[in-house]
Amino acid sequence: MSYRRAILAAPLALLLAPPARATPEAMREAMRAVLGTAAPRPGGIALDVPPLVDNGNAVPLEVIVDSPMTDAAHVRAIHVFNEKNPQPLVFHAWLGPASGRARVATRIKLGDSQRVAAIAAMSDGTFRIAEADVIVTLAACFEELT
Amino acid sequence: MANVLVSAPKQARAGEIVEIRTLASHPMETGFRAGTNGTLIPRDIVREFSCSYGGVTVFRMELSPAIAANPYIAFHLRARETGPIVLRWTGDNGFSVEETVTLQVA
Repeated sequence: MSYRRAILAAPLALLLAPPARATPEAMREAMRAVLGTAAPRPGGIALDVPPLVDNGNAVPLEVIVDSPMTDAAHVRAIHVFNEKNPQPLVFHAWLGPASGRARVATRIKLGDSQRVAAIAAMSDGTFRIAEADVIVTLAACFEELT
Repeated sequence: MANVLVSAPKQARAGEIVEIRTLASHPMETGFRAGTNGTLIPRDIVREFSCSYGGVTVFRMELSPAIAANPYIAFHLRARETGPIVLRWTGDNGFSVEETVTLQVA
């Protein structure tokens, strides 16, 4: 390829380069920002998300934490992360004894088949984690605009 | 344009746990999609959702572009006293919506 062609091709390569994506490393990094040095333990938390979705634009997701939600023992926050969307964060939710039940539901976008993780921050300073693998056949974010 | 739907019980017994389900009309444009002319469509999302009950914030959520369009949020509350439940959505481009429902506690 001549020098001139290379110059001409350069902007094209930029255009065709895939957009920056979150990676499993970026997800771990984002999780560390929440966890600090604590190690989350599995159990006592359920991440309810379908294992196979055909439309990544709206994926129902529910996090249920097993907790009496009293002043003495409750869930302070629920954090949800993903591996491969453009950003690792899905949402942070803060709750407390007034919630009565540690349960949050929403609908999310998934740009690719990937792992989703939910972390619950408990009032005693411990963390719980649940992870789920989701297969997405039609990804969000990259659909053609009409 | 700024329409929201809230599904919450009208009345509850003291101590009962009630579910609040909300749906806001919002495009939740991620800022990662290119428009028909190839340039990125600027981000336009709901950044924060909060719920106060009897003047105290009892639930708060920070949203990201990964939340689906027309964000659906469901959470729970322990009925304590008769009072207003104020739900507030705030986001990019000055998006701000407030909706109040009243819970009668017997």
